[in-house]
Amino acid sequence: MSKLTWKEIPIGGVIPKGGTAIEYKSGDWRTFRPVIDVNKCVNCLICWIYCPDSSIIRLEKHVDVDYYHCKGCGICAEECPVKAIKMVEE
Amino acid sequence: MSKVIGLSGNEAAAYAAKQSKVDVVAAYPITPQTIIVERFSEYVANGEVETEFICVESEHSAMSACIGASLAGARVFTATCSQGLALMHEMLYIASGLRLPIVMAVANRALSAPINIHCDHSDMMGSRDCGWIQVFCENVQEVYDWIIQAFKLSEDLNVLLPMAVNFDGFTISHAMEDIKVLEDEEVEAFLSTRKVKYKLDPNEPMTFGALMLPDYYFEAKRQQEEAMKKAYEKYIDVVKEYEKLSGRAYNYLHEFMLEDAEAAIICLGSTTGLVRQVAKKLRGEGKKVGVLKPWLFRPFPSKEVLKALENIKSLAVLDRAISFGAPFGPLCSDIMATFFSEGKIIPIFNVIYGLGGREITPKEIEEIFNLALKTAKRGKVEEKVKFIGVRE
Repeated sequence: MSKLTWKEIPIGGVIPKGGTAIEYKSGDWRTFRPVIDVNKCVNCLICWIYCPDSSIIRLEKHVDVDYYHCKGCGICAEECPVKAIKMVEE
Repeated sequence: MSKVIGLSGNEAAAYAAKQSKVDVVAAYPITPQTIIVERFSEYVANGEVETEFICVESEHSAMSACIGASLAGARVFTATCSQGLALMHEMLYIASGLRLPIVMAVANRALSAPINIHCDHSDMMGSRDCGWIQVFCENVQEVYDWIIQAFKLSEDLNVLLPMAVNFDGFTISHAMEDIKVLEDEEVEAFLSTRKVKYKLDPNEPMTFGALMLPDYYFEAKRQQEEAMKKAYEKYIDVVKEYEKLSGRAYNYLHEFMLEDAEAAIICLGSTTGLVRQVAKKLRGEGKKVGVLKPWLFRPFPSKEVLKALENIKSLAVLDRAISFGAPFGPLCSDIMATFFSEGKIIPIFNVIYGLGGREITPKEIEEIFNLALKTAKRGKVEEKVKFIGVRE
């Protein structure tokens, strides 16, 4: 894609659409990945609430991780009441 | 039909904002601006305005709230000065970078340390490159007129820049004057409803304040500078339209006895009135002196300044702020650049005065005029930067 000039970009650096971060794989930054032990997970969704990146995916019986966007902050592992999440080095 | 009422500078700012039908005011009180916030909160409490008044815990939050409200499409007003303006500094750039037409009254006051609550222009000069349109007022009438005109100029879709209306703390903010005010309907017709290019809308999500790395940041800033050029062009339309309504003209500069003047003083704000009075007295003595007052400080009216001063042989530039370590005060630097860039070399000297609320006397202004006349005759500046009124 050719780059836009200053006359062509929307004013104020606005991106005239929302949700563009979905296209950006911020998970590339990660050093540690959360790994979920599905046998231990009670699907309480505390990790889903606490995740600052909306990277916890809700499934029927347990949760999963969106590794494209998870930056590996470890909050989910810290907050999990049943210790079902382990941080594993990439 | 205009009527005359007595208001202080602060009250005039609050009254003009009220007539401008602002949707949101988020402000934090700081001396000498406090009364603006007090009056406006009274309007809200009395049900005289349909404005959301957001009480915040600091000026940083005040500007942040203004930014959020402006993004949502509201007409927004705030007020501050001195340390409060300094605390806003970071957010000032965000307001201009996001191209939000927020209008802010600034009752200019010195910056600490040492602590001082009185007037000088150090606060706004410290934020002079923040991408805001800036005007300086001479009296209460101008404060009233400029707050209203500011909404018109900043909200123009080709401009979309925030605007600061400066007036000298205490000297103007607390001085009661008779001013002519417009009828509510006249202001409403002059301003019309705010139109927006982009705004926060759940039904049409957009991304504001996104990341722009080396690939686009420069383009965004270049575009902002272009908006300043547009503001410069639009300025004249706004003041002409306002002149038709009010009979008061704000054409870039106020020129006083400059036609045949040999020496002139240029300065901002409330001091100008006194300088004109002294100039009048000296004219009576046959001395050819004149005075130039720019209302607009950003964008700087270089072209108009040059034209107004084309026959001047010497110029004294009064700065009520120091630019520490720089060759000149902030206004003088701009004047120097303006003259030099057009290849016009005349003797110009800088006068630093009135810091922290120190008064400048008619006698001191007379000295400056006499020095400028002497300089015009000699064709050479004796001392590039003079401190007038400081104990030597």
